[in-house]
Amino acid sequence: MTDTIIIGGGHNGLVCAAYLAKAGHKVTVLEARDKVGGAAVTREFAPGFKVSACAHLLYLLDEGIQKELALASHGLSMAATDLATMAMDEQGQHIRISGARIEGANVTDADQAAMTEYHRYMSRFAAVLGGLNNRVPPRLGTSTGKDLRSLARLGWNIRKMGKHDMRDFLRITGINVYDVLQEEFDNELLKGALSVDGVLGSFLGTRSNNSVFCALHRMSQGGRYSLPEGGMGAVSNAIAAAATQYGAEIRTSSPVKRLLLDFDQVSGVELENGEQLMAKTVVSSADPKTTFNQLLGPQHLEAGFANKIKHLRSRGCVAKLHLALDSLPVFTGLGETQSGNRLLIAPSMNYVERAFNHAKYGEYSEHPVIEITLPSIHDDSVAPQGQHVLSANVQWAPTDLKMGWAEAKHGFTEAVIDVIARYAPDIRSSILHTEMLTPEDIEQQFLIGGGHWHHVELAMDQFLMMRPVPGAAQYASPVDGLWLCGAGSHPGGGVMGCAGRNAANAILKTNRG
Amino acid sequence: MRTVRFDSRDHYRNKVYPSPFHSRQKELNGLKEWSRWFDYLSVPAYTCPTMEYFSGRNTCGVFDITPMVKHLVSGPDALAYMNRLVTRDVAKIKPGRVGYAVWCTDEGQVIDDGTIFHLREGVYRLCSQEHQIDWMMINANGFDVNIIEDTHDVAGLALQGPTSCATLKRMGLTGIEDLTPFGLRYFDLDGIELMVSRTGYTGDLGYELWIDAGYAELLWDRVFAAGELHQIQPMGSDALEMLRIEAGFILAGADFMPAQHTVRPTHTRSPFELGLGWLVDFKKPVFNGRRALLAEKENGSRYALVKLDIEGNKPADSSYVYSSTNKNIGWITSAMWSPSAKKNIALATVETPHGAVGEEMLVEIYYQRELKWSRVKAKARVVKDAFFDPPRRRQTPPADW
Ligand SMILES: Cc1cc2nc3c(=O)[nH]c(=O)nc-3n(C[C@H](O)[C@H](O)[C@H](O)COP(=O)(O)OP(=O)(O)OC[C@H]3O[C@@H](n4cnc5c(N)ncnc54)[C@H](O)[C@@H]3O)c2cc1C
Repeated sequence: MTDTIIIGGGHNGLVCAAYLAKAGHKVTVLEARDKVGGAAVTREFAPGFKVSACAHLLYLLDEGIQKELALASHGLSMAATDLATMAMDEQGQHIRISGARIEGANVTDADQAAMTEYHRYMSRFAAVLGGLNNRVPPRLGTSTGKDLRSLARLGWNIRKMGKHDMRDFLRITGINVYDVLQEEFDNELLKGALSVDGVLGSFLGTRSNNSVFCALHRMSQGGRYSLPEGGMGAVSNAIAAAATQYGAEIRTSSPVKRLLLDFDQVSGVELENGEQLMAKTVVSSADPKTTFNQLLGPQHLEAGFANKIKHLRSRGCVAKLHLALDSLPVFTGLGETQSGNRLLIAPSMNYVERAFNHAKYGEYSEHPVIEITLPSIHDDSVAPQGQHVLSANVQWAPTDLKMGWAEAKHGFTEAVIDVIARYAPDIRSSILHTEMLTPEDIEQQFLIGGGHWHHVELAMDQFLMMRPVPGAAQYASPVDGLWLCGAGSHPGGGVMGCAGRNAANAILKTNRG
Repeated sequence: MRTVRFDSRDHYRNKVYPSPFHSRQKELNGLKEWSRWFDYLSVPAYTCPTMEYFSGRNTCGVFDITPMVKHLVSGPDALAYMNRLVTRDVAKIKPGRVGYAVWCTDEGQVIDDGTIFHLREGVYRLCSQEHQIDWMMINANGFDVNIIEDTHDVAGLALQGPTSCATLKRMGLTGIEDLTPFGLRYFDLDGIELMVSRTGYTGDLGYELWIDAGYAELLWDRVFAAGELHQIQPMGSDALEMLRIEAGFILAGADFMPAQHTVRPTHTRSPFELGLGWLVDFKKPVFNGRRALLAEKENGSRYALVKLDIEGNKPADSSYVYSSTNKNIGWITSAMWSPSAKKNIALATVETPHGAVGEEMLVEIYYQRELKWSRVKAKARVVKDAFFDPPRRRQTPPADW
């Protein structure tokens, strides 16, 4: 019998498995799909063309985890690091953003000065937030020394920024990225691109509160963009290899149907095929709604808690477009060497906000925000010689589309390609194959309820000791033996691994007594 | 009036409605005073509260309980639903039986108390002090149940006192004398279904009568006609208040704050703190508040609700309670001079570890004589049992009066 079952072999489930196995636990990972990785996975979407099927840019993966699990020795390497962000302009007057440095035809000294300052304080604030990524959040409303010390540390980290920065930190994290950027910059294209950091992956517009917070989260592990060799699946595979080496057993094609209870405690799981596996500890990396509403059942929870889970915000809004291309697309005004960067179509903050408007009312945007990578420029393994892969995050495309995705998908796909074609006019002629994953597809194929990037919305009221909800924010759920370790837990989504490791630490601490 | 139809858009215009017994209450209400009990007009006293109180103890009194909030819970998961909602084991309330219950927040703090009537196999009526439909709907998540609030569809009369059984017998409710405490039974009243439960809020022999609201007046008239020889009297809420304090029953909003109406978290109370630990059944794997209450059981409670027998005869309303060493340890929540027990009684909240049965305390009573205020620190003792608990309350069949 295993000590611990982990539901879901996404990267967080695998990290959790690796740390628990390393500490001597007998761990079994049960992954529904035929491959590990969850939303951090590489898939072949056309013969010879592979793509990171959900997450495509690596910018959050924790360095400590990389070292402790020796991921490099398990085959993880980068095809490209420190990618710049290109703020794309239809006429080719792009702006290149690399850390605090900006370059481009219309960039003024004032823009650069503003950027230097913006980057300085955002990095500083992000570091404060990042300092929390590797901690089990304190509990609310308790007075144990540990919880109080943990809160005090957060307070101190904010305080020691000094009066000026502290005041700004407290001021801007509560407001929206539109107002902050409007205060700092004049350049519309630059503001458009920077505002995306505040909304990508979240159901927020640039004028929504929490957008500054999301931008800080994105930068909370340093904010440098890389592409793993072999796609995002390489990250998950390396973690899986580490976990296996420590003795964890990983079973794919093993969807869990429900949690088994022994009186008031979780005692194991039942698979879709009827097989039952017993374990004293079950850790779920599935999103909180799936975990509590489907695998456990709200009737086994106390009603207040179940109600909080029910009302978690988890409407997904990002679609994924994959193009198999016969040749490298030519973007107006962008040299071949620059095309391998992170290309952002978000020409102004109003463009971004308008794109969001549709989502609010259950429509997709025909002029969405698009984040493009061309990994095949850096990585020969993902496309046949001379051919290319385009991978794009497309926002906004709400999960609960009024029209229904079955009917809308084709029109949406065409609209997105049309937008890209404004920047790369000849692209249509080189398309060999198109794959569009709507949030509904993501929900079904990656088993994320709502298809949400972060499993549940990343927002200050669903963060730290309130993520996913108070009462489950220390990875332990209210049902003894059931734990959480996925993106729905602190510190949220993205290919980071911290939720998985924090959960493992919390479990180890409890089991040690 | 019927179950509020929220689509009618009119329910909010009227706030207080006449009870279905209003035409009869109006005739008898000599003081012409009305109070509000949630959605309804209620009678504080028809003639004299003390006289009405004595009818409840010596003959029988009739009190309109229609305003009590009523819900029907049915469907395949009704039992499972009820069991997750309340702290006690509802499986032990068999069809035809009634049980007292409390329900809590996840934090183990009492939201309300009430009675569960197991009307028919798998069909429950939950009567509550406060409106509960929101919380009950929140609780339905994950259960296959039907929940309706049918407060306005059901008229209720409490008939309480030693001659209540005799009155019902005379009314033609054959076999009523066999009904045991907390039992319920259906009768035919001129072709209309009448449900009678041997329940009440007075700690005495008594019954509650439930009928479709359209037949309220019929019921009233039949009860009063049958009761004439048994000295039946209408009873107002002032009298009921005295009866319930004597019985040692607590009242939401008086002896504890309902958790969902409380702003300050420390002002709520757990079942243990209300002396209702006997209603908490940890043998159920899940119910709202279970985890918190388990922890409380292990770590101890903050407060205890006690019954006090106070020296002298000055009612201790709103008084502070002190330990025998003069430390302020709590306050009185309900108090009266008990005519039946011939004692000065009170319910009080005290900080633990105070509150053990037999503990001596002091109660600081302010009282007025011809407008002049005086103060006395009276000795008090914590007692275990109800202040007044006549054997007839449990006797089956009840004695014929
Ligand atoms: C469209 C899109 C684009 C994104 N782009 C980026 C990006 O560029 N960079 C970035 O860092 N992040 C990105 N993200 C976010 C990132 O992919 C996720 O936050 C992260 O991968 C979540 O990892 P996880 O391990 O917590 O959960 P998941 O990866 O969702 O893993 C959960 C696992 O549980 C399995 N599972 C679920 N239910 C069951 C069951 N009943 N039985 C067995 N197994 C089950 C699933 O199959 C899955 O493998 C993106 C997300 C989306 C949706």
